[in-house]
Amino acid sequence: MNLIKTLLAGAAVATGLAGAAFAEDKLKVGFIYIGPPGDMGWTYEHDQGRKAIEEALGDKVETTYVENVPESADSERVMTQMALSGHKLIFATSFNYMDHVMNVAKKFPDVKFEHATGFKRADNVSTYSARFYEGRAVIGHIAGHMTKTNTIGYIASYPIPEVIRGINSAYLAAKAVNPEVKFKVVWAYTWFDPGKEADAANALIEQGADVIMQHTDSTAPMSEMKKHEGIIGFGQASDMGQFAPKPRVSSIIDNWAPYYVARTQAMLDGTWESTDTWHGIKEGMVEIGEMTDAIPAEVRASAQELADKLASGEVHAFTGPINKQDGSAWLAEGETADDGTLAGMDFYVEGIEAEIPN
Amino acid sequence: MLRLEARPEPSRAMVMLTPIIAVVATMIAGGILFAFLGNNPFTAIRIIFWDPLFNDMVASYTRPQLLVKAAPLILMAIGLSFGFRANVWNIGAEGQFIMGAVIGGGTALALYPLESPLVFPLIIIMGGLGGFLWAMIPAILKIRFNANEILVSLMLVYVAAQFLAAMVTGPMKSPVGMGFPVSRNFNEYQSAFNAELLSNTGLHFGVLVMMAVVVLGYIFLTRHIFGFQIRVSGQSARASKFAGVNPHTTVALCLGISGALAGLAGLFEVTGPAGKLSTNFPLGYGFTAIIVAFLGRLHPVGILLAGLLMALTYIGGELAQFQMSIPAAAIQVFQGMLLFFLLGVDILVNFRLRWDTKSKEAH
Repeated sequence: MNLIKTLLAGAAVATGLAGAAFAEDKLKVGFIYIGPPGDMGWTYEHDQGRKAIEEALGDKVETTYVENVPESADSERVMTQMALSGHKLIFATSFNYMDHVMNVAKKFPDVKFEHATGFKRADNVSTYSARFYEGRAVIGHIAGHMTKTNTIGYIASYPIPEVIRGINSAYLAAKAVNPEVKFKVVWAYTWFDPGKEADAANALIEQGADVIMQHTDSTAPMSEMKKHEGIIGFGQASDMGQFAPKPRVSSIIDNWAPYYVARTQAMLDGTWESTDTWHGIKEGMVEIGEMTDAIPAEVRASAQELADKLASGEVHAFTGPINKQDGSAWLAEGETADDGTLAGMDFYVEGIEAEIPN
Repeated sequence: MLRLEARPEPSRAMVMLTPIIAVVATMIAGGILFAFLGNNPFTAIRIIFWDPLFNDMVASYTRPQLLVKAAPLILMAIGLSFGFRANVWNIGAEGQFIMGAVIGGGTALALYPLESPLVFPLIIIMGGLGGFLWAMIPAILKIRFNANEILVSLMLVYVAAQFLAAMVTGPMKSPVGMGFPVSRNFNEYQSAFNAELLSNTGLHFGVLVMMAVVVLGYIFLTRHIFGFQIRVSGQSARASKFAGVNPHTTVALCLGISGALAGLAGLFEVTGPAGKLSTNFPLGYGFTAIIVAFLGRLHPVGILLAGLLMALTYIGGELAQFQMSIPAAAIQVFQGMLLFFLLGVDILVNFRLRWDTKSKEAH
């Protein structure tokens, strides 16, 4: 009897509390994730950014998230449910949410949307991304020095400008320190699929690659590299420090926290405006993870120097002379790439012996 | 030792009650799971089962969304249920769903930008045909070589997924998609877009077709000779032969109908809610439909209710995720419990537990 009373009381409290939760005037900030925060890669870092908002702004905000949201009608429904239940700022953290973000944004002009890596904007839709290619240049530099087989493997996700840009940037930096270097690229057609990513890593190792870069989000390639002597790689999106000092010798970290906190603060201040943000090493959105002792000291020093120069603007990752793969001229001596060309990059630079699938 | 003994005649009332008992048991076990995760189980259950239907803020949107989410599941489950009754096991509805979307959607993409009222009916036919033909492969192999249709139809799911990938990275790739393996957006193509018929109701053509199929399915099953034939085939192959049922026709019809309905579901999904073909298009609806078919007791009305219940757990599950930070995995466990309890209760309805005693064996 007592048990039943307790249960009933619990039920009553539950109903009452939920009513109150809707009435609070905290700023509700919602996130939709393509993977689980436990992927230790892309989604993990977005979730760190979400936690940073809670830490920095405390009880003025309430953050929520839904994980594993497919890039389909499901994402539209989740965002609509968030908007209806009082969220005023929604972060959509994968490229293919784009059209769904635009659809929902049209229906809720009072709700602000932040879409990662997209290119469609509206009065209440901002886009943001990071200059990952700056990080690619740094790890390309390290890779060029470290490879003994002169073969660098690259696990690519989708043949979109962001990924192609990364391959080009890494290749140019590797080639600058090692003219013999060759790139082998495997297209996984996924952002997160540990099985496929592991297969891709093994295929590259079999083809003689001893340095592997990945533009996919799981740590599965690291686990495969660990099984082989002398294969090294780099953390992608998050530090993947659990694989240090080898095979993970350094990493490119996406640090979304400062941006997320700033945008949420702007909402609180009433100063939020639709923008397009593309930050790099300078602003701290791209970080280079600790370089381990597996890298010789002089290479660590030169890589750090490159990172510093990319941050200060002294060096641009795409500085001429650079030809396109077909031999036609792209950048003249000393010329640097403009953001427009980089944003739509659909070609390889000269020297890469592969084809972009289409 | 515990032993299962078949009940001579399972109670009719119990057969009807099992889904309800299973849902209640899921609520209790799920509630315990949520409590262990540190959430208030009553709030969680309320958010999952009650809020999508009656919450002031979200229900006006989520109620119609239940239909949108459930429509492809119900459409496919009804097709599958015919075969399951006749012991024809089409496990590959997912593949037929994909092929319907690719063939029907591909037809639309080939016709773009032709605007004509004939486009939509044409792609519906092509979608149904795509699923039908894909299901004919296991049907023919079964009839001709007695190949196991479970394996063949299942394997063809992966073939279909690869075919889809080849199409969206090749001929069907959008020229304005920035290199992503996605097709053109169907909402930019008026004649092919499966639009909402009345705004904010979620009603699209697929939902209407689903409702018609529920009614037709009911008539076929209970009033038509075909319904009788599949029920007899399922109960006894020998008896069905005496009743004049051609087993080959049954195999072809069951696979053909389920394939065509899965193809239609895929076509309506891709041209409407999903909006485009992509490698991410298959979300496992074809497999979930198998659960829906059994949850609905292989009966059209039961399937309708089961599909809506399944949709409710999806939509309520999303609400629970962002309102209570319950992980997606816990929601999936919760959905899995539903099937587990249904099958468990099912066994107890059809069998009784007996203690095996020595004396009995001697006897």
